[in-house]
Amino acid sequence: MITHDLVILGTGPAGMAAATMALEHGITPVVIDEQPAAGGQIYRALERTPVRDRQILGEDYWSGESLIKGLKDPQIDYRPATTVWQLTRQREIGLLHDDKAEMICARHIILATGAMERPMPIPGWTLPGVMTAGSGQILLKSAGAVPQAPVVLAGCGPLLLLLATQYLRAGVEIAAILDTTPRDRYRAALKHVPGALRNASTLLKGVGLLRELRRAGVRHIKGVSALRAEGSGQLERVLWKQQGDDNWQTLETPTLLLHQGVIPNTQITRAVDCHHEWDEQQLAWKPRLDEWLGTDIPGIAVAGDGGGIVGAKAAGMQGQLAGLGAALALGKLTLENSTQRAQPIRKALARDTAIRPFLDVLYRPAKQWRLPDDDTLACRCEEVTGGEVRRMAEMGCRGPNQTKSFTRCGMGPCQGRMCGITVSELLADANQQSVEETGYYRLRPPFKPITLGQLAKAAEEG
Amino acid sequence: MFKRLSPPEATNEAVVTFRFDEQTVTARPGDTVAAALLTSGISICRSTPVSNAPRAPYCMMGVCFECLVEVDGNPNVQACQVEVRDGMHVHTQQGARRLIS
Ligand SMILES: Cc1cc2nc3c(=O)[nH]c(=O)nc-3n(C[C@H](O)[C@@H](O)[C@H](O)COP(=O)(O)OP(=O)(O)OC[C@H]3O[C@@H](n4cnc5c(N)ncnc54)[C@H](O)[C@@H]3O)c2cc1C
Ligand code: FES
Repeated sequence: MITHDLVILGTGPAGMAAATMALEHGITPVVIDEQPAAGGQIYRALERTPVRDRQILGEDYWSGESLIKGLKDPQIDYRPATTVWQLTRQREIGLLHDDKAEMICARHIILATGAMERPMPIPGWTLPGVMTAGSGQILLKSAGAVPQAPVVLAGCGPLLLLLATQYLRAGVEIAAILDTTPRDRYRAALKHVPGALRNASTLLKGVGLLRELRRAGVRHIKGVSALRAEGSGQLERVLWKQQGDDNWQTLETPTLLLHQGVIPNTQITRAVDCHHEWDEQQLAWKPRLDEWLGTDIPGIAVAGDGGGIVGAKAAGMQGQLAGLGAALALGKLTLENSTQRAQPIRKALARDTAIRPFLDVLYRPAKQWRLPDDDTLACRCEEVTGGEVRRMAEMGCRGPNQTKSFTRCGMGPCQGRMCGITVSELLADANQQSVEETGYYRLRPPFKPITLGQLAKAAEEG
Repeated sequence: MFKRLSPPEATNEAVVTFRFDEQTVTARPGDTVAAALLTSGISICRSTPVSNAPRAPYCMMGVCFECLVEVDGNPNVQACQVEVRDGMHVHTQQGARRLIS
């Protein structure tokens, strides 16, 4: 097995910035991403998007060009379209590329695998035609594809509003935005405005998005308190209630895009069993990290939204820090030099993330949007409802690994990616214990599909 | 359903052609299978093993595994993660359960 100094997983802003920083200190990293093109989520498909009108995706998107240019330095061993399906505490990494599996080893690893969208388990969310706002944006960036008929966007958070404006600029008809931000959140978030003003430019961008939508006359329905998707075999209509009104309202649409913020995608850090903690402000699990973003496993660090949601710009800064951390660990920098080098980055990072408390409070999804009702699916793969999970709690299940063995909840192909956080929160709520105590699924490799044939080939060549 | 802002045929670009079950689908090189299906009026790519419910791509980023299809005989391929290739054979998947197959 070949051992590399540094392997970086992910080519979003965090991974790309880490690679450039490492190279600057004499480390030639291997950089892996399952996507065929660099950019991660924010800069997805930047080099090849069919959306040529730059105004549609906006300047933040195109600002990724310089990071991608840095990644393309010939000294960096960049491997696109390569999936990591296995990682061990000894830093062995299982790769799959072009139907070929391979194992490599690394002295130091930076996981920059980013975030996923928080599940939004409403009645009917498994109907074809119901997707996430992120998926709508991925279709736009990578395929220049947009909803054919007037689309309904529902939920809350900056990404939902960003997609709405991108659609608007692309000429897509938006039937309505159903905003689930509880009305009292605006007041609660107010006290965080002074802090957020340290990152005024991001704050103003958000205000700008709202203004753009208002000017265009997009139907923006606030204070939505209940939501369901209906149709036979396919989405046909969306129903909702507004706070203070007991009547259901209806819109016919074939496409509903849901979103309520992003959470760290902890699948890989869980698979190696890093120590994780529950972040009550962000309502999400994240790996515990030290000042160089190292996990509790020697030689494995996490940068970017995978370690806690910080946003794209801060993800890049964390990538730089993790790159310095790698240089320190590999003996390319002394502690003094790396500390000095890190200081301005840490300062900029603190300024940039000063907006998080404001965003976290404003867009904190209410309980009814996180905990599915008794008849609604929590686990999409194995079709387990919120009610079944609650019943398991009544029977004495304290944690997700117990419900897993009784209901198969979390044992489907997605391995609990989609239901994990929901089940932790459901059990915590039903048992009246903390989410931290309730815990999370124990995961087993592989964390991406692989065939026995592919595995056998890797073993032969191992 | 989804449409393209600028269809490849309209801009005289090269297209990729593949089969989905009994249908012929055209796509732009670099498209994922899932994007190609969704822009070709195909909305369902698998059914669940439990209740046989129809499912379609949901996250487009490799997280939900709703887009599992069979590609050239290999089951459990995430349609949103794999690029279209000329002449590939894609099939709907009737409920796969395991990741090692
Ligand atoms: C769908 C979606 C769309 C978003 N769009 C925006 C946006 O337009 N603007 C914005 O400001 N923020 C957006 N965000 C928020 C996003 O989290 C950004 O803050 C930013 O992209 C985070 O950067 P990152 O480097 O931490 O990770 P990411 O940019 O998410 O990059 C992670 C990379 O790791 C790769 N990866 C993950 N697992 C594996 C594996 N097992 N094997 C191989 N590769 C793997 C992924 O393919 C991805 O390229 C979006 C988030 C999501 C989920
Ligand atoms: S659509 Fe979610 S994994 Fe492919």
